[in-house]
Amino acid sequence: MNRLPPQPGERIDRARQVSFSFDGRRVRGYEGDTVASALFASGRRVFSRSFKYHRPRGLLCCAGQCPNCLVTVDGAPGVRACTEPAREGMRVEHQNALPSLRWDLMRAVDQLGGRLMPAGFYYKTFMWPRRLWPLYERVLRGAAGLGRAPAPQQERGRRSDYRRRHADVLVVGGGPAGLSAALQARRLGADVVLVDEGPEPGGHLLVTGAHERARTLATQAREAGVELLAPAAALGYFDGLVPVWQGDTLHQVRAAQHVTATGAIEQPLVFAGNDLPGVMLSGGARRLAALYALPPGGTAAVATVTEEGLEAAVALLELGVRIAAVADLRRAPGGAALERLEAEGVPVLRGGTVVCAEGRNALRGVTLARVDEHGRPHAGSELRVPCDLLIVSGGFAPAGSLLAQAGVKAGYDEASGAFLPPAALPPGTYAAGTVTGLRGAEAIELSGRVAGAEAAHALGLGDAASRERLEQDRSRLDGLRSAVPEPAVPPPSAAGGKGKCFACLCEDVTAEEIRHSVEEGFDSIELSKRYTTVTMGPCQGRMCQLPSVRLMARETGQPLADVGLTTARPPWSAVPLGVLAGRPSEPAKRSPLHHRHREAGARIKWAGDWRRPYDYGDPHAEAMAVHEAVGVIDVSPLGKLLVEGPDAGAFLDRLYPNRLSTLEPGRIRYGVLGSDAGRIMDDGTVARLGEQSFYVTTTSSGAGAVEEWFSWWQADWRMEVRVTNVTHALAAVNLAGPRSREVLAGLTSLDCSSDALGYLDARQAHVAGVPCLILRIGFVGELGYEIHVSSAFGEHLWDALLEAGSGHGIRPFGLEPQRLLRLQKLHVIVGQDTDTESNPYDAAMPWIVKLDKEEDFIGRWALEQTAERGLQTGLVGFRARDGVVPAEGAAVLVDGAPAGRVTSSRFSPRLGEVIGMAWVPAEMAGDGAEITISDNGRTLAATVTTTPFYDPQGARLRS
Amino acid sequence: MSFVLACPVCGTREVTDFRYGGELNPRPAAGSAPSPRELNAYNYFRRNVAGVQREWWNHRSGCRSWFVAERDTRTNEVLSTALPEARP
Repeated sequence: MNRLPPQPGERIDRARQVSFSFDGRRVRGYEGDTVASALFASGRRVFSRSFKYHRPRGLLCCAGQCPNCLVTVDGAPGVRACTEPAREGMRVEHQNALPSLRWDLMRAVDQLGGRLMPAGFYYKTFMWPRRLWPLYERVLRGAAGLGRAPAPQQERGRRSDYRRRHADVLVVGGGPAGLSAALQARRLGADVVLVDEGPEPGGHLLVTGAHERARTLATQAREAGVELLAPAAALGYFDGLVPVWQGDTLHQVRAAQHVTATGAIEQPLVFAGNDLPGVMLSGGARRLAALYALPPGGTAAVATVTEEGLEAAVALLELGVRIAAVADLRRAPGGAALERLEAEGVPVLRGGTVVCAEGRNALRGVTLARVDEHGRPHAGSELRVPCDLLIVSGGFAPAGSLLAQAGVKAGYDEASGAFLPPAALPPGTYAAGTVTGLRGAEAIELSGRVAGAEAAHALGLGDAASRERLEQDRSRLDGLRSAVPEPAVPPPSAAGGKGKCFACLCEDVTAEEIRHSVEEGFDSIELSKRYTTVTMGPCQGRMCQLPSVRLMARETGQPLADVGLTTARPPWSAVPLGVLAGRPSEPAKRSPLHHRHREAGARIKWAGDWRRPYDYGDPHAEAMAVHEAVGVIDVSPLGKLLVEGPDAGAFLDRLYPNRLSTLEPGRIRYGVLGSDAGRIMDDGTVARLGEQSFYVTTTSSGAGAVEEWFSWWQADWRMEVRVTNVTHALAAVNLAGPRSREVLAGLTSLDCSSDALGYLDARQAHVAGVPCLILRIGFVGELGYEIHVSSAFGEHLWDALLEAGSGHGIRPFGLEPQRLLRLQKLHVIVGQDTDTESNPYDAAMPWIVKLDKEEDFIGRWALEQTAERGLQTGLVGFRARDGVVPAEGAAVLVDGAPAGRVTSSRFSPRLGEVIGMAWVPAEMAGDGAEITISDNGRTLAATVTTTPFYDPQGARLRS
Repeated sequence: MSFVLACPVCGTREVTDFRYGGELNPRPAAGSAPSPRELNAYNYFRRNVAGVQREWWNHRSGCRSWFVAERDTRTNEVLSTALPEARP
C-alpha cells in the first residue's frame, strides 16, 4: 500500500486490515479507513461518474460535502465514499457509468462537447412528437439520475427507530466552536446535546495538526456530561425540532436554545477542467494525508485565495509532495507559509490563479496566470505546470443552511466575500465559529464559549461571576473579530481556457449554461436554480451556491447582495428514506392466535392494522362447514371495552340511539354508534355483565376511535363511569354452525340448551377449564357463540375447540367466508357497506333508533330530521341474474346515469347465486325492484331484496 | 408543523403524541330543540380563528386523557393546557 509513515493524528489502525469489494475486485484497507481512502490507497482515483455527462470524477473535499465520490454500498445508492467507514465484506459499486467505470457510452455526449445538452435540454428536446414520450422517458430514466434504487423489497431493509430528546441546548457542529459552546453551557448547568457529522468531533483541528486540542476538548465535553452524538447529521430545522440521523436512529432533538457551529465550507474555483480527477480542495488533500496517511499526489500546483491553501501546500511539502508552483489571487500575501514556500524555491504568482486544467481522465497539468479583476489572464504571465495534483482553495462559505431554516437571513459581506448571518439572531438562536465568518483558532473557540454562556444564561443558569466572565469574553472577541485579515474574492470563471467550467458538480451545470439561462431570461437566482438545477443536487449547494451566485451577479450586473442566496430547504444532509420512515407508530397487530393460523396454512392478509387469516385455502368449503357442521373463526381483533360504574347504563344511553340501561344483566343488544350529524360511526354488541358493568364490542378497526369517542364525551359529561379498553387483553373466537352447541357443551359445565343459553344471552363460565365470557350472537347467521378469553389462554381455547369439534367436522374459517356468510344475512359491515354519510334509516336499520327514548342522546336531533324527511337512498340486497359477480364499488345506473353503488358482492355456493348489497335511490329500495349495474363496461341486471337471502326468519340463528 | 404540548397528566410531549380534537364546540343543551340552522352550525361550522383558540387534544400515545389547550393558531404557541372543568 502506498501510505505515508505514521501520521500523528491518523485515524487508521495499521494493525487491523479490512477488505471489501469494489465492482467485484477485492480492496484492502485498514480499520479506520473510509471506502474512499482505502480505494485511493489501492491506486484508484475515480469511483463514479457524473450525473449528466458521465465525466470521471475524483476526490475533492474528502469531507462528505461534494458529490464526487457517490457510490453504491450493499445495494444502497448515493453513499459518500469519503465518509463511509470501510467494513469487512461490504460490496461497493460505482455509479453512473454504462457499461463500466472505464468505458462509458454517455461520455460520448460530453466529448462531442459544445451545447449538446444545454440547460433545459430535456424540456426543449423531448416535447415532440408527444407519442414518443414513453420511449424518451425509458431512455432518459436509464441515462439520468444518481445510482439505482434497490429493487422493491417485501420487507423493510432497514430497521430504524425514532428517539425523542428534549434538551436545554443543542449544539450542531463539533469543531472547536461547537465543543467550546457545549462545554461552557454544560459547565453552567445546562443539559446539552452536541451533534457532529464527522466520525470524530474536532472539525478542522483534526487535519491542521491540532488534533490534540480537538481530542482534549471532546474529552472535556464528554466528561462534563455533554451528550455527544457522532457521526450524526443534523438534517434540518423544523420550528425548533432538529432531526439528527445517526446510524439506524433518527434523534428528534428539541432544545430550548440552539447553537449553530456548522463551520464553513471550502469553495472550489471555477475554471476550465475544474472537475478533473486530481483537482482537490486544500482541506481534502490535508484530510487524506493527516487522517489516512495518503499522499494526495506526487507533484502539486496550488491555486488559492486563502492562507489555508498555502498552509496546505507547506503541510504537503513536508510530507514529500513536490510543490511545483503556487498562484495566490491575493496581491500582497505574506506570512510564514509563503516565506517557507519561497525559501524552498517554489515559484509564486501573486495576483494569479488557475486558468485551466488539462488531462483526459486524470490531471496532467495546469496553466496558472496573473489575472485582472474580471478573471482575464495578463498576456505573458501564463505558466504551464505539469502536475498530478492541483490544490484549490476558493475561500470559505459559511454553512448557514440550518440558520436559514431557523429564519436567519444571511447578508453579503464585502470584506470577507461571503454571505454571513447578521450579528443579531432570533431569540434562542446562537451562532459560533467560522459559520459567522470568524477566522483564527482563538477567536473561534472564544465565540463558542460566548455562545454557550449566552444560551445557558438565557435558561436562567449562571451567576454574577459567569455573567461578568461572559462580558469579558465578548469584548475580547470583538477585538479579535476586527483583526480578521481580508481574503481575496475569486473571479467566477477565469477566461481563456478550453473545456467545461463546472459551477455545479452534482448536476453538471457549467458556467456557460448559467450564462445562457440568463440570456434566455432566467435572470434571478431562484429561476436559474429551477431551470439549470444548479444547487439542487446531493451537495445541497455546499460547493456551488456561492459560485453560481457570483456567476449570476456577473451576468446580470447585479450586486451579490441583491442576487442573494437560494432558499435552503431540508434535508441539509442526504439521508436514506428508510431512516425517516422510522418504525411505524401503528405497528402491525397480530391476534394471540396468529401462530395457530400460520401453522394451519392460513392465507394472512391485512385487515386495517391487523394481520388476519383471509382463508385456510378453501373459503367456500369453510363457509359450507359453518352451514352444515361447525366452524370457528378468530375474532380477537374486535374492539372490546369495559364500561363500568353507577352511571354506566345512563352513559351508554346518551351515546347510542337505542336503550341500553334497560338491558337485563346477562343479555345482549346490538348497537350502532352515531354522530351528532346522525351518521353511522361504528357498530357492535353491548352485553350487560352486571348492574354497573357493560361489555361493549366494536368493529376491528374502530376500537381506538370508539374508545376516544367515549372518553371524549366523558371528559365533557363527567359521569360516574370508567371506560377500559381491553381489546388486546382478550382473545375471542366465534364458534358457529348447527353443531356448535354440541362442541361447546363438551367443554363446559354450563347448561348450553337453548332455554338456558338463548339467542342474545351472555354468560361467564369456564370453557376447557379457563374462565370465558360467552356471547350467543350470530353475525354469520347460524347458531353460534362468541367466546372471549384472556389472551394468554387464547391458543389453549382454540386447540380445545378444534379437538372437541374434530368428531363434528369442525373447520377454522377465515375473513372471506365470514364476509360471504354475513352477506347472506344482509348483516352490514360498517365502513364496507356504509360510509361517513350513511345514517341508520337509509342503511335499513330504523329499528335501531329509539326516538321515543326520554333521554337525550348523540344524534337525536339530526335523526329526528332524517326520520321526518324520509328516505332518499336505501341500502338493499340484490340478486344478480347473469351469474356475474359485479365488483364492489360498481355503479348502479338509473336511466344510464350512476345513482348508487354496489358495496358487497359474492357468489354464494349455498344459495347457488350471485348476491350483494347496494345503495339505490329510495324509489328502488323495495322488494322486486329491477336495477342495472354497470361494472367495467358490462351491464348487469339485478333484483332488489330487503329480506336476508338466507334463513330470513332467523330460525337457525335462534335454534 | 412541529411543536410541543404539555399534557396535564404526563407533561410536555411532542405534538405527534397527540390527536387534535378541534376547537371547542359546545353541544346544544340536552333537551333543547335546536333549529336545523343551529344544528348545522354546531355540526359543520367552525370559527377557525387566526389567533388564540381553545381546543381539544387527546394524549393518544400517552395517558389517553382529553384536555383543553389554548393555542395561537398563527404561531402554534400553546398558552395553556388543562383538564376540562366538570360541567353539569
